[in-house]
Amino acid sequence: MKDTPVLEICDLSVAFKMYDSVFGQRDLQVISDLSIKVYGGEILAIAGSSGSGKSLLASAILGILPENAIVTGDMRYNGQKLTPELQEKLRGTEMALVPQSIAYLDPLMKIGVQTDGHKKPYPKEKRRHIFRRLGLSKSTEKLYPFQLSGGMARRVLVSTALIANAWLIVADEPTPGMSLEQALEAMALFREMADDGKAVILITHDIDLAFAFADRIAVFYAGTTVENASALDFRTKPDALRHPYSKALWRALPQNGFEPIAGVQPYAGNLPQGCLFAPRCSCKSPKCEQEAPPMRELRGGEVRCFYAT
Amino acid sequence: MRLEAENVRFRYHKKQAWVLKDLDFGVEQGECVGLLAPSGYGKTTLAMLLAGYLAPSEGEILLDGIPLSTKGVCPVQLICQHPEHAVNPRWRLRKVLEESGEIQEEMLASLGIEKEWLNRFPRELSGGELQRFCAARALMSNPAFLICDEISTMLDVITQAQIWNKICDEAQKRNMGVVVITHNLPLAERICKKIIRLDIIHNDNSFPF
Repeated sequence: MKDTPVLEICDLSVAFKMYDSVFGQRDLQVISDLSIKVYGGEILAIAGSSGSGKSLLASAILGILPENAIVTGDMRYNGQKLTPELQEKLRGTEMALVPQSIAYLDPLMKIGVQTDGHKKPYPKEKRRHIFRRLGLSKSTEKLYPFQLSGGMARRVLVSTALIANAWLIVADEPTPGMSLEQALEAMALFREMADDGKAVILITHDIDLAFAFADRIAVFYAGTTVENASALDFRTKPDALRHPYSKALWRALPQNGFEPIAGVQPYAGNLPQGCLFAPRCSCKSPKCEQEAPPMRELRGGEVRCFYAT
Repeated sequence: MRLEAENVRFRYHKKQAWVLKDLDFGVEQGECVGLLAPSGYGKTTLAMLLAGYLAPSEGEILLDGIPLSTKGVCPVQLICQHPEHAVNPRWRLRKVLEESGEIQEEMLASLGIEKEWLNRFPRELSGGELQRFCAARALMSNPAFLICDEISTMLDVITQAQIWNKICDEAQKRNMGVVVITHNLPLAERICKKIIRLDIIHNDNSFPF
Protein backbone atom coordinates (compact mmCIF):
# COMPACT_ATOMS: atom_id res chain seq x y z
CA MET A 1 0.00 0.00 0.00
CA LYS A 2 2.86 2.32 0.81
CA ASP A 3 4.56 2.06 -2.60
CA THR A 4 3.27 4.97 -4.71
CA PRO A 5 1.73 7.88 -2.94
CA VAL A 6 -1.73 8.84 -4.16
CA LEU A 7 -0.54 12.39 -4.33
CA GLU A 8 3.02 13.57 -4.35
CA ILE A 9 3.92 17.22 -4.52
CA CYS A 10 7.50 18.27 -5.03
CA ASP A 11 8.80 21.82 -4.76
CA LEU A 12 5.49 23.39 -5.62
CA SER A 13 5.47 27.14 -6.03
CA VAL A 14 2.49 29.32 -6.72
CA ALA A 15 2.76 32.96 -7.69
CA PHE A 16 0.20 35.53 -8.71
CA LYS A 17 0.69 38.12 -11.40
CA MET A 18 -0.25 41.48 -9.96
CA TYR A 19 -0.39 44.95 -11.42
CA ASP A 20 1.44 47.42 -9.22
CA SER A 21 1.43 50.47 -11.48
CA VAL A 22 -0.03 51.37 -14.83
CA PHE A 23 2.57 49.45 -16.82
CA GLY A 24 4.24 47.41 -14.14
CA GLN A 25 3.47 43.82 -13.38
CA ARG A 26 5.07 41.72 -10.73
CA ASP A 27 4.79 38.23 -9.40
CA LEU A 28 3.72 37.71 -5.83
CA GLN A 29 5.02 34.40 -4.59
CA VAL A 30 2.56 32.85 -2.14
CA ILE A 31 3.68 29.22 -1.97
CA SER A 32 7.33 28.34 -2.27
CA ASP A 33 9.17 24.99 -2.34
CA LEU A 34 6.39 23.04 -0.82
CA SER A 35 6.57 19.26 -0.73
CA ILE A 36 4.00 16.86 0.65
CA LYS A 37 3.11 13.25 0.07
CA VAL A 38 -0.05 11.45 0.93
CA TYR A 39 -0.52 7.70 0.68
CA GLY A 40 -3.65 5.66 0.30
CA GLY A 41 -5.12 4.72 3.66
CA GLU A 42 -3.99 7.74 5.55
CA ILE A 43 -5.13 11.17 6.62
CA LEU A 44 -2.63 13.96 6.22
CA ALA A 45 -3.61 16.95 8.28
CA ILE A 46 -2.33 20.35 7.28
CA ALA A 47 -2.16 22.83 10.10
CA GLY A 48 -0.65 26.25 10.04
CA SER A 49 -1.22 29.93 10.16
CA SER A 50 -4.11 31.53 8.33
CA GLY A 51 -3.00 32.94 5.04
CA SER A 52 -0.08 30.52 4.77
CA GLY A 53 -1.39 29.17 1.49
CA LYS A 54 -3.32 26.14 2.70
CA SER A 55 -6.43 26.83 0.67
CA LEU A 56 -4.32 27.78 -2.35
CA LEU A 57 -2.66 24.40 -2.12
CA ALA A 58 -6.09 22.79 -2.24
CA SER A 59 -6.99 24.84 -5.31
CA ALA A 60 -3.66 23.99 -6.93
CA ILE A 61 -4.24 20.26 -6.45
CA LEU A 62 -7.69 20.50 -8.01
CA GLY A 63 -6.48 22.89 -10.69
CA ILE A 64 -8.98 25.61 -9.91
CA LEU A 65 -6.66 28.52 -9.30
CA PRO A 66 -7.57 31.81 -10.99
CA GLU A 67 -6.01 32.62 -14.35
CA ASN A 68 -3.32 34.94 -13.07
CA ALA A 69 -1.71 32.18 -11.01
CA ILE A 70 1.58 30.65 -12.11
CA VAL A 71 2.16 27.14 -10.82
CA THR A 72 5.58 25.52 -11.01
CA GLY A 73 6.86 22.27 -9.57
CA ASP A 74 5.86 18.68 -9.83
CA MET A 75 2.53 17.18 -8.83
CA ARG A 76 1.89 13.49 -9.32
CA TYR A 77 -1.32 11.57 -8.88
CA ASN A 78 -0.69 7.83 -8.52
CA GLY A 79 2.63 8.34 -10.23
CA GLN A 80 1.04 10.14 -13.17
CA LYS A 81 1.93 13.76 -13.79
CA LEU A 82 -0.98 15.96 -12.81
CA THR A 83 -1.61 18.10 -15.88
CA PRO A 84 -4.51 20.55 -16.24
CA GLU A 85 -6.25 18.06 -18.56
CA LEU A 86 -5.89 15.25 -16.05
CA GLN A 87 -7.05 17.50 -13.24
CA GLU A 88 -10.18 18.34 -15.16
CA LYS A 89 -10.86 14.67 -15.78
CA LEU A 90 -10.32 13.64 -12.17
CA ARG A 91 -12.13 16.54 -10.56
CA GLY A 92 -15.40 15.41 -9.05
CA THR A 93 -14.77 11.75 -9.86
CA GLU A 94 -11.44 10.71 -8.36
CA MET A 95 -10.54 13.91 -6.58
CA ALA A 96 -13.06 15.74 -4.44
CA LEU A 97 -12.90 19.01 -2.59
CA VAL A 98 -14.69 20.13 0.52
CA PRO A 99 -14.51 23.88 -0.01
CA GLN A 100 -13.74 26.24 2.81
CA SER A 101 -16.44 28.76 2.08
CA ILE A 102 -20.12 27.95 2.22
CA ALA A 103 -20.41 30.44 -0.64
CA TYR A 104 -19.49 27.46 -2.86
CA LEU A 105 -23.06 26.19 -2.54
CA ASP A 106 -25.27 27.21 -5.45
CA PRO A 107 -27.78 29.60 -3.84
CA LEU A 108 -30.51 28.72 -6.35
CA MET A 109 -30.35 24.94 -6.07
CA LYS A 110 -32.05 22.83 -3.46
CA ILE A 111 -29.66 20.93 -1.22
CA GLY A 112 -30.66 17.43 -2.30
CA VAL A 113 -30.22 17.98 -6.04
CA GLN A 114 -27.07 19.94 -5.42
CA THR A 115 -25.48 17.20 -3.35
CA ASP A 116 -26.28 14.47 -5.88
CA GLY A 117 -24.30 16.25 -8.57
CA HIS A 118 -24.25 14.98 -12.13
CA LYS A 119 -24.06 11.29 -11.34
CA LYS A 120 -26.83 9.23 -12.81
CA PRO A 121 -28.77 7.48 -11.47
CA TYR A 122 -28.84 9.96 -8.60
CA PRO A 123 -27.20 8.45 -5.50
CA LYS A 124 -30.26 9.24 -3.39
CA GLU A 125 -29.96 6.36 -0.93
CA LYS A 126 -26.31 6.98 -0.32
CA ARG A 127 -26.88 10.67 0.17
CA ARG A 128 -29.60 10.02 2.73
CA HIS A 129 -27.31 7.64 4.52
CA ILE A 130 -24.52 10.22 4.72
CA PHE A 131 -26.98 12.95 5.74
CA ARG A 132 -28.23 10.69 8.54
CA ARG A 133 -24.72 10.04 9.75
CA LEU A 134 -24.00 13.76 9.83
CA GLY A 135 -27.23 14.53 11.64
CA LEU A 136 -29.01 16.23 8.75
CA SER A 137 -32.67 15.31 8.62
CA LYS A 138 -34.42 14.21 5.45
CA SER A 139 -36.21 17.55 5.14
CA THR A 140 -32.87 19.29 4.66
CA GLU A 141 -32.75 18.15 1.04
CA LYS A 142 -35.72 20.34 0.19
CA LEU A 143 -34.13 23.52 1.57
CA TYR A 144 -32.11 26.20 -0.18
CA PRO A 145 -28.62 27.08 1.11
CA PHE A 146 -29.74 30.36 2.71
CA GLN A 147 -32.15 28.43 4.93
CA LEU A 148 -29.34 26.44 6.52
CA SER A 149 -27.36 27.37 9.58
CA GLY A 150 -23.60 27.66 9.23
CA GLY A 151 -22.91 24.23 10.67
CA MET A 152 -25.56 22.57 8.53
CA ALA A 153 -24.17 24.13 5.35
CA ARG A 154 -20.76 22.87 6.32
CA ARG A 155 -22.09 19.35 6.78
CA VAL A 156 -23.73 19.52 3.35
CA LEU A 157 -20.37 20.46 1.85
CA VAL A 158 -18.74 17.50 3.55
CA SER A 159 -21.39 15.17 2.20
CA THR A 160 -20.87 16.41 -1.37
CA ALA A 161 -17.30 15.16 -1.21
CA LEU A 162 -18.13 11.89 0.51
CA ILE A 163 -20.80 11.03 -2.01
CA ALA A 164 -18.38 11.34 -4.93
CA ASN A 165 -16.51 8.24 -3.75
CA ALA A 166 -13.22 9.83 -4.70
CA TRP A 167 -9.75 8.40 -4.15
CA LEU A 168 -8.35 11.68 -3.00
CA ILE A 169 -10.36 13.99 -0.79
CA VAL A 170 -9.10 17.46 -0.08
CA ALA A 171 -11.09 18.85 2.83
CA ASP A 172 -10.48 22.54 3.39
CA GLU A 173 -11.60 23.32 6.93
CA PRO A 174 -14.61 21.04 7.02
CA THR A 175 -15.53 21.41 10.68
CA PRO A 176 -16.12 25.07 11.67
CA GLY A 177 -19.65 25.69 12.84
CA MET A 178 -20.22 22.09 13.79
CA SER A 179 -20.68 21.09 17.37
CA LEU A 180 -18.09 18.77 18.81
CA GLU A 181 -20.21 15.64 18.34
CA GLN A 182 -20.89 16.48 14.71
CA ALA A 183 -17.28 17.34 14.04
CA LEU A 184 -16.26 14.01 15.56
CA GLU A 185 -18.75 12.20 13.33
CA ALA A 186 -17.44 14.04 10.25
CA MET A 187 -13.91 13.09 11.23
CA ALA A 188 -14.98 9.50 11.75
CA LEU A 189 -16.41 9.51 8.22
CA PHE A 190 -13.10 10.76 6.85
CA ARG A 191 -11.32 8.11 8.89
CA GLU A 192 -13.52 5.42 7.36
CA MET A 193 -12.72 6.71 3.88
CA ALA A 194 -9.04 6.50 4.68
CA ASP A 195 -9.39 3.01 6.12
CA ASP A 196 -10.94 2.01 2.79
CA GLY A 197 -7.60 2.84 1.20
CA LYS A 198 -8.41 6.37 0.12
CA ALA A 199 -6.23 9.37 0.73
CA VAL A 200 -7.51 12.34 2.69
CA ILE A 201 -5.88 15.74 2.98
CA LEU A 202 -7.41 17.59 5.87
CA ILE A 203 -6.74 21.30 6.11
CA THR A 204 -7.80 22.48 9.50
CA HIS A 205 -7.43 24.89 12.37
CA ASP A 206 -9.08 22.52 14.83
CA ILE A 207 -5.71 21.05 15.48
CA ASP A 208 -6.68 19.14 18.58
CA LEU A 209 -9.30 17.33 16.51
CA ALA A 210 -6.87 16.74 13.66
CA PHE A 211 -4.29 15.27 16.00
CA ALA A 212 -6.78 12.71 17.22
CA PHE A 213 -7.76 11.42 13.76
CA ALA A 214 -4.88 12.08 11.40
CA ASP A 215 -1.85 9.88 10.74
CA ARG A 216 0.57 12.60 9.84
CA ILE A 217 0.64 16.36 10.24
CA ALA A 218 2.26 18.92 7.98
CA VAL A 219 2.73 22.34 9.53
CA PHE A 220 2.62 25.32 7.17
CA TYR A 221 4.07 28.72 7.69
CA ALA A 222 4.22 31.58 5.17
CA GLY A 223 3.72 29.37 2.14
CA THR A 224 5.93 26.43 2.91
CA THR A 225 6.07 23.37 5.13
CA VAL A 226 8.12 23.85 8.28
CA GLU A 227 7.53 20.44 9.80
CA ASN A 228 6.26 16.98 8.88
CA ALA A 229 5.52 14.86 11.89
CA SER A 230 3.47 11.88 12.88
CA ALA A 231 0.27 12.87 14.65
CA LEU A 232 1.45 10.97 17.68
CA ASP A 233 4.07 13.63 18.37
CA PHE A 234 1.37 16.26 18.63
CA ARG A 235 -0.71 14.18 20.96
CA THR A 236 2.01 13.90 23.57
CA LYS A 237 3.60 17.22 24.48
CA PRO A 238 5.39 20.15 22.87
CA ASP A 239 8.84 18.66 23.48
CA ALA A 240 8.10 15.92 20.96
CA LEU A 241 7.62 18.57 18.29
CA ARG A 242 10.52 19.83 16.27
CA HIS A 243 9.92 23.29 14.86
CA PRO A 244 9.53 26.31 17.18
CA TYR A 245 6.40 27.33 15.27
CA SER A 246 4.74 23.96 15.89
CA LYS A 247 5.52 24.34 19.56
CA ALA A 248 4.03 27.83 19.53
CA LEU A 249 0.86 26.43 17.94
CA TRP A 250 0.57 23.85 20.66
CA ARG A 251 0.97 26.42 23.41
CA ALA A 252 -1.61 28.78 21.91
CA LEU A 253 -4.42 26.23 22.30
CA PRO A 254 -6.93 27.42 24.91
CA GLN A 255 -6.46 24.21 26.88
CA ASN A 256 -2.64 24.49 26.79
CA GLY A 257 -2.08 28.01 28.05
CA PHE A 258 -3.63 30.26 25.39
CA GLU A 259 -0.36 32.14 25.04
CA PRO A 260 0.17 33.61 21.60
CA ILE A 261 3.67 34.44 20.42
CA ALA A 262 4.08 38.06 19.36
CA GLY A 263 4.20 39.27 15.80
CA VAL A 264 2.51 38.25 12.58
CA GLN A 265 3.39 35.95 9.73
CA PRO A 266 5.53 37.75 7.12
CA TYR A 267 3.49 39.00 4.22
CA ALA A 268 3.97 37.18 0.91
CA GLY A 269 5.45 40.18 -0.95
CA ASN A 270 7.89 40.88 1.82
CA LEU A 271 9.43 37.61 3.00
CA PRO A 272 12.59 37.69 5.12
CA GLN A 273 15.76 36.55 3.46
CA GLY A 274 16.66 33.69 5.78
CA CYS A 275 14.40 31.45 7.80
CA LEU A 276 10.76 32.55 7.38
CA PHE A 277 10.06 32.17 11.07
CA ALA A 278 13.21 33.95 12.28
CA PRO A 279 11.56 37.34 13.04
CA ARG A 280 9.30 35.67 15.63
CA CYS A 281 11.62 32.95 16.82
CA SER A 282 13.02 33.03 20.33
CA CYS A 283 16.08 30.90 19.57
CA LYS A 284 17.27 32.48 16.34
CA SER A 285 20.91 33.18 15.56
CA PRO A 286 22.50 35.48 12.94
CA LYS A 287 22.72 32.45 10.67
CA CYS A 288 18.91 32.15 10.60
CA GLU A 289 18.57 35.67 9.25
CA GLN A 290 21.07 35.05 6.45
CA GLU A 291 20.26 31.63 5.17
CA ALA A 292 17.04 29.69 4.67
CA PRO A 293 17.25 26.30 6.39
CA PRO A 294 16.59 23.29 4.15
CA MET A 295 14.20 20.50 5.09
CA ARG A 296 16.05 17.85 7.07
CA GLU A 297 15.13 14.59 8.69
CA LEU A 298 14.88 14.44 12.42
CA ARG A 299 13.46 11.81 14.77
CA GLY A 300 11.30 10.18 12.10
CA GLY A 301 9.93 13.48 10.85
CA GLU A 302 11.16 16.39 8.84
CA VAL A 303 11.85 19.93 9.95
CA ARG A 304 12.99 23.16 8.36
CA CYS A 305 15.17 24.56 11.15
CA PHE A 306 18.90 24.60 11.88
CA TYR A 307 18.57 24.15 15.60
CA ALA A 308 15.67 21.77 16.09
CA THR A 309 16.57 18.76 18.18
CA MET B 1 -26.13 49.31 30.54
CA ARG B 2 -27.77 46.01 29.83
CA LEU B 3 -28.67 44.31 26.58
CA GLU B 4 -31.51 41.88 26.89
CA ALA B 5 -33.85 39.73 24.93
CA GLU B 6 -37.21 39.58 26.63
CA ASN B 7 -39.57 36.72 25.88
CA VAL B 8 -38.31 36.61 22.36
CA ARG B 9 -39.92 34.34 19.82
CA PHE B 10 -38.74 34.13 16.29
CA ARG B 11 -39.50 32.21 13.14
CA TYR B 12 -38.38 32.85 9.60
CA HIS B 13 -41.77 32.16 8.08
CA LYS B 14 -45.36 31.91 9.33
CA LYS B 15 -45.58 28.32 8.17
CA GLN B 16 -42.36 27.25 9.82
CA ALA B 17 -41.67 26.18 13.35
CA TRP B 18 -40.27 28.55 15.94
CA VAL B 19 -36.51 28.87 15.86
CA LEU B 20 -36.47 30.64 19.21
CA LYS B 21 -39.30 30.33 21.67
CA ASP B 22 -39.90 32.47 24.76
CA LEU B 23 -36.25 33.17 25.19
CA ASP B 24 -34.84 35.38 27.91
CA PHE B 25 -31.24 36.35 27.64
CA GLY B 26 -29.27 39.24 29.05
CA VAL B 27 -25.76 40.57 29.14
CA GLU B 28 -24.38 43.38 31.30
CA GLN B 29 -21.90 45.98 30.20
CA GLY B 30 -18.36 44.78 30.79
CA GLU B 31 -19.47 41.17 30.99
CA CYS B 32 -18.28 38.38 28.72
CA VAL B 33 -20.87 35.67 28.16
CA GLY B 34 -20.32 32.47 26.22
CA LEU B 35 -23.20 31.01 24.26
CA LEU B 36 -23.02 27.34 23.36
CA ALA B 37 -25.43 25.01 21.60
CA PRO B 38 -25.34 22.38 18.88
CA SER B 39 -25.55 23.55 15.28
CA GLY B 40 -29.05 24.57 14.19
CA TYR B 41 -30.32 25.69 17.62
CA GLY B 42 -30.65 29.35 16.67
CA LYS B 43 -27.38 30.80 17.95
CA THR B 44 -26.83 32.87 14.82
CA THR B 45 -30.50 33.87 14.77
CA LEU B 46 -30.17 35.14 18.33
CA ALA B 47 -27.02 37.04 17.37
CA MET B 48 -28.83 38.69 14.45
CA LEU B 49 -31.75 39.58 16.72
CA LEU B 50 -29.50 41.09 19.39
CA ALA B 51 -27.65 43.19 16.84
CA GLY B 52 -30.85 44.38 15.21
CA TYR B 53 -30.43 42.62 11.86
CA LEU B 54 -33.69 40.78 12.44
CA ALA B 55 -36.76 41.87 14.35
CA PRO B 56 -38.29 39.35 16.76
CA SER B 57 -41.68 37.96 15.79
CA GLU B 58 -42.77 38.44 19.40
CA GLY B 59 -41.02 39.94 22.39
CA GLU B 60 -38.42 42.68 22.46
CA ILE B 61 -34.71 43.35 22.30
CA LEU B 62 -33.93 46.06 24.84
CA LEU B 63 -30.82 48.14 25.36
CA ASP B 64 -31.11 49.78 28.75
CA GLY B 65 -34.84 49.19 28.70
CA ILE B 66 -35.32 50.87 25.33
CA PRO B 67 -35.76 49.01 22.03
CA LEU B 68 -32.73 49.25 19.73
CA SER B 69 -32.77 52.38 17.60
CA THR B 70 -32.70 51.88 13.85
CA LYS B 71 -30.92 55.19 13.26
CA GLY B 72 -27.20 55.92 13.37
CA VAL B 73 -24.44 53.48 14.24
CA CYS B 74 -25.87 50.57 16.17
CA PRO B 75 -24.34 50.34 19.65
CA VAL B 76 -24.55 46.55 19.34
CA GLN B 77 -22.13 45.33 16.70
CA LEU B 78 -22.08 41.84 15.24
CA ILE B 79 -19.05 40.06 13.83
CA CYS B 80 -20.45 37.41 11.53
CA GLN B 81 -19.65 33.76 11.15
CA HIS B 82 -18.86 34.04 7.45
CA PRO B 83 -16.72 37.11 6.76
CA GLU B 84 -16.98 36.56 3.01
CA HIS B 85 -20.71 37.29 3.27
CA ALA B 86 -20.23 40.31 5.51
CA VAL B 87 -18.21 42.57 3.23
CA ASN B 88 -19.17 44.15 -0.06
CA PRO B 89 -17.37 42.07 -2.72
CA ARG B 90 -17.04 45.10 -5.02
CA TRP B 91 -15.39 47.38 -2.49
CA ARG B 92 -11.73 47.53 -1.71
CA LEU B 93 -11.12 46.75 1.95
CA ARG B 94 -10.10 50.33 2.68
CA LYS B 95 -13.64 51.39 1.84
CA VAL B 96 -15.05 48.51 3.86
CA LEU B 97 -13.17 49.73 6.94
CA GLU B 98 -13.92 53.39 6.37
CA GLU B 99 -17.58 52.58 6.78
CA SER B 100 -17.03 52.78 10.51
CA GLY B 101 -14.99 55.96 10.53
CA GLU B 102 -11.38 56.93 10.17
CA ILE B 103 -8.95 54.04 10.01
CA GLN B 104 -7.03 53.59 13.26
CA GLU B 105 -3.47 52.47 12.56
CA GLU B 106 -3.03 51.04 16.02
CA MET B 107 -6.10 48.85 15.61
CA LEU B 108 -4.81 47.46 12.31
CA ALA B 109 -1.44 46.65 13.81
CA SER B 110 -2.86 44.89 16.85
CA LEU B 111 -5.14 42.73 14.69
CA GLY B 112 -2.30 41.89 12.32
CA ILE B 113 -3.72 43.63 9.25
CA GLU B 114 -1.12 44.47 6.62
CA LYS B 115 -1.33 47.94 5.05
CA GLU B 116 -1.17 46.42 1.59
CA TRP B 117 -4.38 44.46 2.17
CA LEU B 118 -6.35 47.71 2.28
CA ASN B 119 -6.03 48.04 -1.48
CA ARG B 120 -7.29 44.57 -2.19
CA PHE B 121 -10.71 43.21 -2.96
CA PRO B 122 -12.28 40.71 -0.52
CA ARG B 123 -11.81 37.73 -2.83
CA GLU B 124 -8.07 38.33 -2.80
CA LEU B 125 -7.79 37.63 0.93
CA SER B 126 -8.17 34.44 2.91
CA GLY B 127 -11.09 33.86 5.27
CA GLY B 128 -8.99 34.50 8.35
CA GLU B 129 -7.61 37.72 6.92
CA LEU B 130 -11.09 38.99 6.10
CA GLN B 131 -12.30 38.17 9.59
CA ARG B 132 -9.70 40.53 11.04
CA PHE B 133 -11.17 43.33 8.93
CA CYS B 134 -14.63 42.51 10.25
CA ALA B 135 -13.32 42.62 13.82
CA ALA B 136 -11.57 45.94 13.17
CA ARG B 137 -14.69 47.39 11.56
CA ALA B 138 -16.83 46.40 14.53
CA LEU B 139 -14.38 47.65 17.17
CA MET B 140 -13.69 50.96 15.39
CA SER B 141 -17.31 52.05 15.70
CA ASN B 142 -16.92 51.96 19.50
CA PRO B 143 -19.84 49.67 20.31
CA ALA B 144 -21.28 49.17 23.78
CA PHE B 145 -21.85 45.51 23.03
CA LEU B 146 -20.04 43.16 20.69
CA ILE B 147 -21.57 39.92 19.47
CA CYS B 148 -18.99 37.46 18.15
CA ASP B 149 -20.61 34.70 16.12
CA GLU B 150 -17.97 31.99 15.78
CA ILE B 151 -15.45 34.50 14.66
CA SER B 152 -12.30 32.52 15.19
CA THR B 153 -12.92 29.11 13.64
CA MET B 154 -11.18 30.09 10.42
CA LEU B 155 -8.08 31.37 12.18
CA ASP B 156 -5.02 29.47 13.29
CA VAL B 157 -4.72 29.07 17.03
CA ILE B 158 -2.00 31.68 17.44
CA THR B 159 -4.00 34.32 15.61
CA GLN B 160 -7.07 33.20 17.55
CA ALA B 161 -5.30 33.81 20.82
CA GLN B 162 -4.02 37.18 19.59
CA ILE B 163 -7.43 38.39 18.43
CA TRP B 164 -9.25 37.20 21.54
CA ASN B 165 -6.66 38.84 23.74
CA LYS B 166 -7.19 42.06 21.77
CA ILE B 167 -10.98 41.87 22.05
CA CYS B 168 -10.85 41.09 25.78
CA ASP B 169 -8.41 44.00 26.33
CA GLU B 170 -10.63 46.41 24.46
CA ALA B 171 -13.71 45.09 26.25
CA GLN B 172 -12.10 45.75 29.60
CA LYS B 173 -10.78 49.16 28.58
CA ARG B 174 -14.10 50.36 27.19
CA ASN B 175 -16.28 48.40 29.60
CA MET B 176 -17.87 46.67 26.63
CA GLY B 177 -20.21 43.70 26.88
CA VAL B 178 -19.25 40.70 24.77
CA VAL B 179 -21.31 37.70 23.69
CA VAL B 180 -19.14 34.85 22.48
CA ILE B 181 -20.83 32.24 20.32
CA THR B 182 -18.60 29.23 19.86
CA HIS B 183 -18.38 25.47 19.71
CA ASN B 184 -15.02 25.49 21.36
CA LEU B 185 -15.63 24.81 25.05
CA PRO B 186 -12.01 25.27 26.17
CA LEU B 187 -12.01 28.68 24.49
CA ALA B 188 -15.28 29.72 26.13
CA GLU B 189 -14.03 28.55 29.51
CA ARG B 190 -10.91 30.58 29.01
CA ILE B 191 -12.43 33.94 28.11
CA CYS B 192 -15.98 33.96 29.50
CA LYS B 193 -17.07 34.38 33.09
CA LYS B 194 -20.46 32.91 32.35
CA ILE B 195 -21.46 30.20 29.90
CA ILE B 196 -25.02 29.72 28.74
CA ARG B 197 -26.16 26.57 26.96
CA LEU B 198 -28.93 27.53 24.59
CA ASP B 199 -30.07 23.93 24.26
CA ILE B 200 -30.57 23.64 28.00
CA ILE B 201 -32.41 26.88 28.75
CA HIS B 202 -34.36 26.26 25.64
CA ASN B 203 -35.10 22.58 25.68
CA ASP B 204 -38.79 22.87 24.86
CA ASN B 205 -37.68 24.02 21.42
CA SER B 206 -39.68 22.43 18.66
CA PHE B 207 -36.57 21.77 16.62
CA PRO B 208 -37.06 23.43 13.25
CA PHE B 209 -35.20 21.12 10.91
